[in-house]
Amino acid sequence: MAEANYPDDLRYHDQHDWVRLDGDDAAVFGITWYAQDTLGEVVFYEPPEVGATLTKDQPYAEVESVKAVSDVIAPMSGEVTEVNDVLSDSPEKINEGPYDEGWLVKVKLSSPQEYEALLTAAEYQKLLDR
Amino acid sequence: MNVAALRRTPLYEQHEELGAKLVPFAGWEMPVLYEGIREEHTAVRTHAGMFDVSHMGEVEVEGPGALEFLQLALSNDVAKIAVGGAQYSCLCNESGGVIDDLFAYRLGTDRFLIVTNAANHETDLQWLGRWSRDYDVAVRDVADRYAMLAVQGPHARAVVAATLKIELPERFHVVAQNVGRRPALICGTGYTGEDGVEMLIDPEVAIPVFKELRLAGVVPCGLGARDTLRLEVCFPLHGNELTPERNPIEAGLGWCCKEETGFLGSPRIRSARAAGTAERLAAFTIEGAGIPRDGNPVLGERGEQVGVVTSGTFAPSLELGAGMAYVRSDLAEPGTAVEIDVRGKHRAARIASKPLYRKRS
Repeated sequence: MAEANYPDDLRYHDQHDWVRLDGDDAAVFGITWYAQDTLGEVVFYEPPEVGATLTKDQPYAEVESVKAVSDVIAPMSGEVTEVNDVLSDSPEKINEGPYDEGWLVKVKLSSPQEYEALLTAAEYQKLLDR
Repeated sequence: MNVAALRRTPLYEQHEELGAKLVPFAGWEMPVLYEGIREEHTAVRTHAGMFDVSHMGEVEVEGPGALEFLQLALSNDVAKIAVGGAQYSCLCNESGGVIDDLFAYRLGTDRFLIVTNAANHETDLQWLGRWSRDYDVAVRDVADRYAMLAVQGPHARAVVAATLKIELPERFHVVAQNVGRRPALICGTGYTGEDGVEMLIDPEVAIPVFKELRLAGVVPCGLGARDTLRLEVCFPLHGNELTPERNPIEAGLGWCCKEETGFLGSPRIRSARAAGTAERLAAFTIEGAGIPRDGNPVLGERGEQVGVVTSGTFAPSLELGAGMAYVRSDLAEPGTAVEIDVRGKHRAARIASKPLYRKRS
């Protein structure tokens, strides 16, 4: 995806993650267009284990480009129910479609109320513009 | 480091115009990539890429005592370089440690040009100046005289010859030619494992020459690709594999040390060669997932530390994690299984023969 893009139906964490709610207490996480653009082509994604507990604001996975490693920060707390297996063979999907094919984990949320504190697309973009 | 104090090469504006990602490197503001490290790496392996390496330094050594002095200062047998020839050497301290690694070009019977690593240029100059006092020789810093452009890849020589309409030197030779109607030195050397040239050209014509080559299809490449390319063919990088605390023998550079010339550090290097070294520089590949990084510990079969990674990366042509490491000598043989501690995760790895990447011929 060549152009910056921040869908309105997602919420954002200031460490460049997005959250898509899936029902009342489940969600999908990924990294934003800005995060993948800064990192460059992703050549390796180290997912958490299914069942792992994620804590808001703590690292839960790693993405690596040829020369750099970046922690992925949990935007909300919960338990991993599914990881995107496609990424183990095709980590570049994170660059190609950070909001669809490049999703990282599905999570059963332990504190769904954390969602309200996340940034809207407009707020996140304002943060990037600073 | 104060960003304002960074030096810029004659090609800086060109890099900005192309949207390069610029980073501080050895006191210079250098392009690490333009489009992407992987694309640039592949361009050099399959076609032709060019690197602005104007940050590298040049030192001219001239005078009746030039050869004799360089036999003292450089590890290789400088007398073996014919006029128009090039030779790789280490610049060693008295303990046999590597101050810098470099190419020496013989421009005349009594005139040599040395190309230094940017980070070591001042140190090299001081060292050469200090040891040249007893010789009939002048050591001059001529770094500002040149912009340096490396054009590398299977098609590099053909494109350079056709585009700049110049005759090219054989591998490990140097010829004087006009580039952009200004005197230039064309060297048949490189740091990528591919065929190609390194050109020392007038800074005034650096941008037009770069543009002309780009129009001819040569892909601008940053220091990121330069690093992955050299690592795949196991060329050492000073500061990573080579340091003043390591001798050339443990670094696998015994082939460019000719102790019989009596160069500085040669007694220590002779002993190291005879006795063997406790550690040796080895190449390795990761067996499954994971990307090694500089500084990662190398672990033996009981989990004990047996070495340290000096350069680690994702190797684009191999499509796996790979690197070089100093490991205990008894474990440095190709085929030996080790583990790399990558931020707490133990990744299975195997010592591999050098180079890691072999050109398809």
